[in-house]
Parts: sequence; C-alpha cells; structure tokens
Amino acid sequence: MKKVVEGSVAIAHAVKTIRPDVIAAYPITPQTHIVERLSEYIADGELKSEYVRADSEFSAISILVGASATGARTFTSTSSQGLALMHEVLFNASGMRLPIVMVVANRALSAPLNIWNDQQDSISQRDSGWIQLYAEDIQEAHDLTLQAYKISEDIEVRLPSMVCMDGFILTHAYEPVDLFEDEEVQKFLPPYDPKVYLTTEDPLTFGALATPEYYTEFRYVMQQAMERAKKKIRKVFTEFKEMFNRGEESLISLYKMEDADIAIITLGSLTSTVREAVDRLRDKGIKAGVVKIISYRPFPEEEIRKSLDKVNSFIVFEKDISLGHEGAVFTDVKSVVYHMKDRPSAFGFAVGLGGRDVRESTIEKLIVECIEGRKKEGFYFGDVKRVKEILK
Amino acid sequence: MMLFGPGHRACAGCGCAVTIRHVLEALEGKCFVVNSTGCMEVVSTPYPESSWEVPYIHSLFENASAVAAGIETALKSLSREHEGKVVVIAGDGATADIGVQTLSGMMFRGHDILYVCYDNEAYMNTGVQMSGLTPLGAHTTTSPAGKSIPGNLGPKKDMPAIALAHGAKYVATASMAFLADIKKKIRKARDITGPSYIQIHSTCVPGWGIDSARSVEIARLAVETGLYPIFEYENGQLVSVRKIKNRKPVEEYLKVQARFRHLFKDERGKEIIEKIQEIADYNAQYYGLDA
Repeated sequence: MKKVVEGSVAIAHAVKTIRPDVIAAYPITPQTHIVERLSEYIADGELKSEYVRADSEFSAISILVGASATGARTFTSTSSQGLALMHEVLFNASGMRLPIVMVVANRALSAPLNIWNDQQDSISQRDSGWIQLYAEDIQEAHDLTLQAYKISEDIEVRLPSMVCMDGFILTHAYEPVDLFEDEEVQKFLPPYDPKVYLTTEDPLTFGALATPEYYTEFRYVMQQAMERAKKKIRKVFTEFKEMFNRGEESLISLYKMEDADIAIITLGSLTSTVREAVDRLRDKGIKAGVVKIISYRPFPEEEIRKSLDKVNSFIVFEKDISLGHEGAVFTDVKSVVYHMKDRPSAFGFAVGLGGRDVRESTIEKLIVECIEGRKKEGFYFGDVKRVKEILK
Repeated sequence: MMLFGPGHRACAGCGCAVTIRHVLEALEGKCFVVNSTGCMEVVSTPYPESSWEVPYIHSLFENASAVAAGIETALKSLSREHEGKVVVIAGDGATADIGVQTLSGMMFRGHDILYVCYDNEAYMNTGVQMSGLTPLGAHTTTSPAGKSIPGNLGPKKDMPAIALAHGAKYVATASMAFLADIKKKIRKARDITGPSYIQIHSTCVPGWGIDSARSVEIARLAVETGLYPIFEYENGQLVSVRKIKNRKPVEEYLKVQARFRHLFKDERGKEIIEKIQEIADYNAQYYGLDA
C-alpha cells in the first residue's frame, strides 16, 4: 500500500503491524509524532498493545526492561536528551540480552540547547551493546523497524536494536512509502518466542552480580552475539528483499563504487545528499562512489574493507564528533583499513551539526579540496564560519 | 522450601534478610520480585548462585518501580496476571532518594504493585552513607559526628506520606521485630489491586554499630520509644496503629547503637537527644501510639 505519509507516521504504522505487547512512551521533539500516532491507534482500538505513559525516558526504557524480561515484545522511541537519559539502562538491557526495539529520531545534544538534527545522540551510545541501524529515507526507516525485531529476537542474537532516523529531515518529512500490510508482517516476523523469561512456573534470576571471575565472559558472549548479528542482519535483509522486493542484502550499501578512485562514506539521510554530489563530480570526470553504512553496530568491518580495496582515498561525512579526537565513524573506518597493504588516504568531516543544512555544493567543495591536495589527511569541521563574529 | 534461600551472604544478625524472608513467605512464592541495587541484591545473587526461589530481576539502583511497572504491564498484556503479584524490594536510599521519581510514576499510574522498602536508614552497601531515611543525629560516613556538626541534622523523609499523597490504596509501616505483623500486612497489600507501599524498619549490624545478637531487640526499641511508629492506612484512612504500653525514653534506643554514641558525650548531643524525643512525642500524639 503506497501512500505519501510523514516519517513518524510511517514508523507508527510499521509498529502497529508488528503489534508489540507493551509500548512505553515519553515525549521529546522530534520523536513525539511517533508515540502520538501510536496512542491514537490505541484510542481508536486499531492497536491492542498496552501503552504506558512513562514519567521519563529513563522510566520508559526501564519499563521495557521489565516487560521484555517477562516475555513481551516491546517498543519505544526517543531522541537526544531522552536517549542520553536512558544511557544507564541501555547497557543494562543489552547485558540482560533483552530484544527491545527503539526508534531514535536523531537530534543534537545540549548545551547549547538544540532540537535539530545530528547524530551525536545515538553515536554516543555506540558502546552500549545495542545494534544500531541507520536509515537514509522514510521507506528504509519503516522497513528497518520490522527487520530490527527479527534480528534482535533471534535466539542467536538476543540484543536490543536502535533504528536511527534523522530528526525532522526524516521524522517530519513526507515521502511516498510502501506501507506494510498486516498479513505481510505476520508472514515475515514470527511470533516472539522468548525461551527464557520471568515466570512463576520456572523461577529464574535476572540481573545477577558477576564477580571478576565471570564478568569478562558475559562481555565476551555479547561480542560473539554481535558477530553473529552481522550474519543475521544479512540474512534478514535478504529475506526481506525476497519478500518485499526492496532494500539491501548487506550491512552497507554501495553506489558507483565499481570503478571508484575515491569512496565517500556516510550514514543516514546525508547519503542522498552525498550521492547527488558524487553524481556532479562524476559529470566532471572524478570517479567517486558512495559507501552507506546501514549497520553501525555491529560495524561492517569486512564489507567496508572490501569496498575500499581499490580506492586511493576515502572521505567520511558524519554528524557527530568525539570531542578531543575526531568523528567516531572516521575512527572506526580508519581502523578497518589499518591492515591494508596500500592503505587509502583518510579524510573526515563533521557536517550538519545541530541541524545545519548540508548542501551538495558543500560536500562537493570539500571532496574537491581533498582530491586536489588542499587538505592534509585528517578530520575537520566541514562547515565552520564566522566563529569570531558568532561567538564573541 | 525457603523462598529466600539459605546461603546468602548477608551479615549475621542482618535485619533486612529476616524481613525479606518473611515477605516472601507471606506471598507463598506467588510473586515477581524486582530488587533495586543494594545489600540484598549483592548478597543474594552472586553468579552463578541465587537465593531467590521466585522469579527475580535486578536492573539498576533507581528504576525498580519502572521495571516492576513493565512486568505488571506485560503480565496484563500476555494474560498472565494469575501468576502472582509484582513486588518491589528496595532499600531506603533506592526508595526515598535515587528512585523516588520512578516510584512516584508507578504509584501515579496506579500499577498493581506492592512496594516494600526495607529501611535500614542509610546506604549500607556502599559503606553507611546518609540517605533520605537516615534519622536525626545519626552518624554516617557522609554525615559524620564531627567537632562542628553532630551527625545528620535532618529528620527522615516522610515516605509513607508521599505514598499517601499519590493515592496509594494501602500504606503501612512495619518492623522486623514484629514478623507476624509484616506477614499480615504483606498479605493485605497483596489482595489489594493497585499500588501499595510498606516500609519495614530493618536493622543493619555494622551500619548501626550494634550487637548482632540484639538485632531484633533493638528494632523493637525503635517501636517502643515511638521513633518508628507502626501504622496502616487503607484508602487514605488510618486504620490501625501498634499501641505502646509505657513508652520508653528515646535514650534507651539510642544508647545501644554506635551511630548515636556521640550524642551522649556533650551538651550539644543532649540537645539533639531532646529533639529526637520531640520526634517520638510527636509520633505518639499524631498516630495515637500511647496505650
């Protein structure tokens, strides 16, 4: 069923077809439309989930920890400060191997207060043991929401997932979206079979204390689960493509990389902009291509290394920075090429912070500067202007 | 079968372990326990062992009420409410300080959850730091009795009143010195649909500086002096109090604990003891404790 809908509505629709047992919600811009629409479905009797209006994002995710541990399929969504407030619980949920799915409407972090888009919020949670999938457009965000359940709930994985979609740019935009039908989703996603859960019929202890004798092994098996998640993501993506005839089969997506000399690596909605810039450069005879990262955790090490096999250089464009070092994605990509014999030159730019518009012309200009040797290898702010005039 | 099993690592004479054992016995194992981080969690779940013969989850320090709300909601959604009552077991710091928001949200939303606060009056697991339920005059490691300041200067936060203000249907206090009373109140709370709050005074041998053999006796003194009034509210109405015959002076309770020892050394301490007596007198009058 193809319809022109707002991004948040597409997510709410996807969740409605997935039928979580428990939804916990707390408002934060730009995520609110998702939980508002879900509450409307419930008010109109179109969705039978239990819907808890939590007292904070911290409580919302904690409620899902309890619900998921009891064997329920769960959903929430948040942004920015809300995700930061969840920080402690994120590690707890993954440590207890609870397959919670959460949509993150990516937004900058305060201070200064800023409600607009970048990806500092979710990138800052990269070590939390959650699978992180980034959507380029509304269709992909809608599709990843369903795929995330199938990946997370797999007994070989059993890790929670974040589906990250750029705030406003995707949550509040309208695009034609091929929306799920109930029957399709039921066919694609098996009923949740928790196997291990809280019940008086077989009392178990969740959240035990692990001494130094055991703690490392708990982390080790989580890392193994992340490795297995790579295979599972490929499998679920492939199954999805077979059934719905759209989407990717890999943790990354490539564009014009077959003969590329230079790879432009990015994630989220920025990919579309970068693709346009690459087309312009191709018109000028510059052989650039795009590597879109869909799964940031687990990190697609093998895929990225393979994609960079023949390029002379790569440039990462990302909407975050690990202050005191460089962009987190840039660091990760560099680590992948470390073992390559002819290591490509590495450039990275932080762009689109706090909702600043990223234009094709800016991307194009920065790529050209790198190619022409006007920039040394390294990481830069891509679009800083008038610091003295603005911040005096 | 022991529902809070033997082999846990609590100190000899630990009042909290006694309290929890009797809470679980009253519920006959038909419950889901959500435990906040603290002594009782640490002593009872060293992987791969567990003292809990009931479904048990420990998530974090401050989110037990929210996790419990999630369990209760999931049981409803999955039509499994018949399995048992959802019970929070949390210490005083987890209840009155760091977890008070999630507790407020849980009570406000009206979840069918029994909240049990085992009140040993400080952060004992981390080494006896002051909490919102530390009593006036008590020495803790963050409210030490010093040359200028004689221990904790404030009274206990009135958590039962906070629970009542949320419209909790059943609110009660109890003491580990009166185990039959604990069981009676737990069963009463179990049978009520909606949020209930029970705060149970439970001794901490190292934290209070008491003789482990006198744990129950000292807990009883808190009640007999009027410092720990035992009462219950149903639907916002006070329905019962434990009456005291010949209420004892507070010194009898204070002098047997190292945490109050400094109060007996000088004039300033004497003034604090007078203020503590005023609290006991107020309790006696407010709740009608004197028989």
